[in-house]
Amino acid sequence: MTITRDPTIPPPRRLKPWNAVERSLAKVGISGRVLVLAAPVLWLLVFFLVPLAVVFGISLTTKQFGRPPYSALLSTEEGTVQLTLHLSNYVRLFTDNLYVAAYLSSIRIAAIATIFTLIIGYPMAYAIARAPDRWRNILLMLVVLPFFTSFLLRVYALIGFMRGNGVINQFLGLFGIEPIVMMQTDFAVYVGIIYTYLPFMILPLYTTLVKLDVSLFEASADLGARPLRTFLSVTLPLSMPGVIAGSMLVFIPAIGEFVIPSLLGGPSTLMIGRVLWDEFFTNTNWPRAAAVAMAMLVVVVVPIMLLQRAQSSVVEK
Amino acid sequence: MKKSQQLAVDTRPWRDPGSNKPFVRIKNVTKKFGDVLAVHDVSLDIYRSELFCLLGGSGSGKSTLLRMLAGFERPTSGTIEIDGQDMTDVPPYNRPVNMMFQSYALFPHMSVEQNIAYGLKRDHLPKGEINDRVAELLSLVKLQDYGRRKPHQLSGGQRQRVALARALAKRPKLLLLDEPLGALDKKLREETQFELVKIQEQLGVTFIVVTHDQEEAMTLATRIGVMNLGEIAMIGEPTDIYEFPNSRFVASFIGSANMVEGVVTEDEPGHVRIRSSELGCDIYVAHGVDCAPDQHLWWAIRPEKMVLSREKPQTAHDANVTSGVVEEIAYLGDISLYQVALDSGKRLRVSQTNSVRGNPDAITWEEKVYVSWGDSAGSVLTV
Repeated sequence: MTITRDPTIPPPRRLKPWNAVERSLAKVGISGRVLVLAAPVLWLLVFFLVPLAVVFGISLTTKQFGRPPYSALLSTEEGTVQLTLHLSNYVRLFTDNLYVAAYLSSIRIAAIATIFTLIIGYPMAYAIARAPDRWRNILLMLVVLPFFTSFLLRVYALIGFMRGNGVINQFLGLFGIEPIVMMQTDFAVYVGIIYTYLPFMILPLYTTLVKLDVSLFEASADLGARPLRTFLSVTLPLSMPGVIAGSMLVFIPAIGEFVIPSLLGGPSTLMIGRVLWDEFFTNTNWPRAAAVAMAMLVVVVVPIMLLQRAQSSVVEK
Repeated sequence: MKKSQQLAVDTRPWRDPGSNKPFVRIKNVTKKFGDVLAVHDVSLDIYRSELFCLLGGSGSGKSTLLRMLAGFERPTSGTIEIDGQDMTDVPPYNRPVNMMFQSYALFPHMSVEQNIAYGLKRDHLPKGEINDRVAELLSLVKLQDYGRRKPHQLSGGQRQRVALARALAKRPKLLLLDEPLGALDKKLREETQFELVKIQEQLGVTFIVVTHDQEEAMTLATRIGVMNLGEIAMIGEPTDIYEFPNSRFVASFIGSANMVEGVVTEDEPGHVRIRSSELGCDIYVAHGVDCAPDQHLWWAIRPEKMVLSREKPQTAHDANVTSGVVEEIAYLGDISLYQVALDSGKRLRVSQTNSVRGNPDAITWEEKVYVSWGDSAGSVLTV
């Protein structure tokens, strides 16, 4: 699209001092557009890319006692600058079963939790999208409401529900049912992840579902499709962008989740976030921890890229 | 000769309701949304192979009635029968009815072929048959080369035809069309109108079309049902609706009409005389009217049913001619519309055919003119 200015309308009036500033900046090749883009780019550079580079750098050193607790990347020896790269940390990631198992277990837990979040979140998002206008905002508000309290508090509240003499078991006791062990199990971790990340699934699903034209469902019914068929052939494919976005928003942070498995999970719940924490704080092995973090980044980025490709092929409109 | 006689019998079954069974039978149907009465006690019979138009303004209940036929809304009371079967509680996916939506409602993630095949797949037809039917429908709507495209790669007119093909795919007994040409521009609409009629005649499917465009209704319909405030104001063939409106609403809703008030002075079986002070003359109607002497009523006449002249024309019965001054002229090419101000202040719209090219002697602004009409040119309206 090209924007042509109507010659009869005078150009917008500008403040004089800005004219001068703009002209001098333009001489150096900086326009308003560049300035606007510069702010977020700078922010990302300082707070994301530089720290990432530092972590990557640390991952290529070895552990040593002292401050900082890792060997220097660059050293000067007899007037020459020397760059020492240690790949041992990465090699260990593959040779030590602990890491591979932790990664696989994290992916498995995150994937199962994502599927359940989707199964629980989809009907909720659908109901909200089809609710009468005046109800919709209230229902959305209720979905977001948990964010108004501290995440840690909510996890502790879950402990109160699931522990041996917690709310659930006391309730079951009324019917003479023996207490069920829920805490320190994978089950508790799933409950924690699903509960915490449900809003991240519902919101993107809601946004795609609310945009769908109701007459598409009617057309499907009109052509002889029963409700389930309509859902599988029309509703679900058209809400795929929301399904993918929601699943990514749950799956990716769930892989690296640390608080939930350490508070709700048992000793057998192996997740990469806990391994990383232990390497860093218990073993003070910064280089190993950094390598774990970098590998986790790859583990997370690859599915993002695959999903994004899938999404763009679905969304092509 | 024989054929045309047959046509007269076969294509107008509503003229002989005794010996013809209606195909769609809407009986005392009422639909309420909360406290709002959308459709009020509508009864309507539609016959096989008809192209019936529901015509009305927005909020007249025409779309609600259509949606009840499709099964998307359930009547609050009353019944709907299609081909002798009660459809009131049958869900949309079990009705022998298909609908063409105003927005077309094409599935954006499916190609044109998949859209058309959607209904056929629901019937679990063999693949080969589905492909044959899709190809047949694509050629019916002249979109043979567009089967693999997605709806967003088509123009408005092409989408409209895909929607029609999809709605026809299951060979429904009854096709419902909601403002089928509403989204097309004027020229395309005119072309498509005739194509729609052609397809309807070719397939013999019963069409019910909802429209707010009276020109569209006139062109398409075998019969028109004019709707107003949830009720059917009049049902009739296009000529009936236009020439013999049954009420002031229908007379003013369809086309344009001059409406004047009057009082009955003579009420004979063969003629009626109405005095109208608004018109400044008597109206002599050459047929009997169901009215009483001194009754207050209305008389409506179409702009093209009146004649303008500079000289006072001779009219019988000392009636049906009045005079005024030309106030406005709208030249429309084929006709000119004159607005004539009468002595009473009432304004009449009169149209005259421009049969002489660049007529230098045409009646012009500020001229005193006589307006006259035939003694059965207008309609006497009591409601």
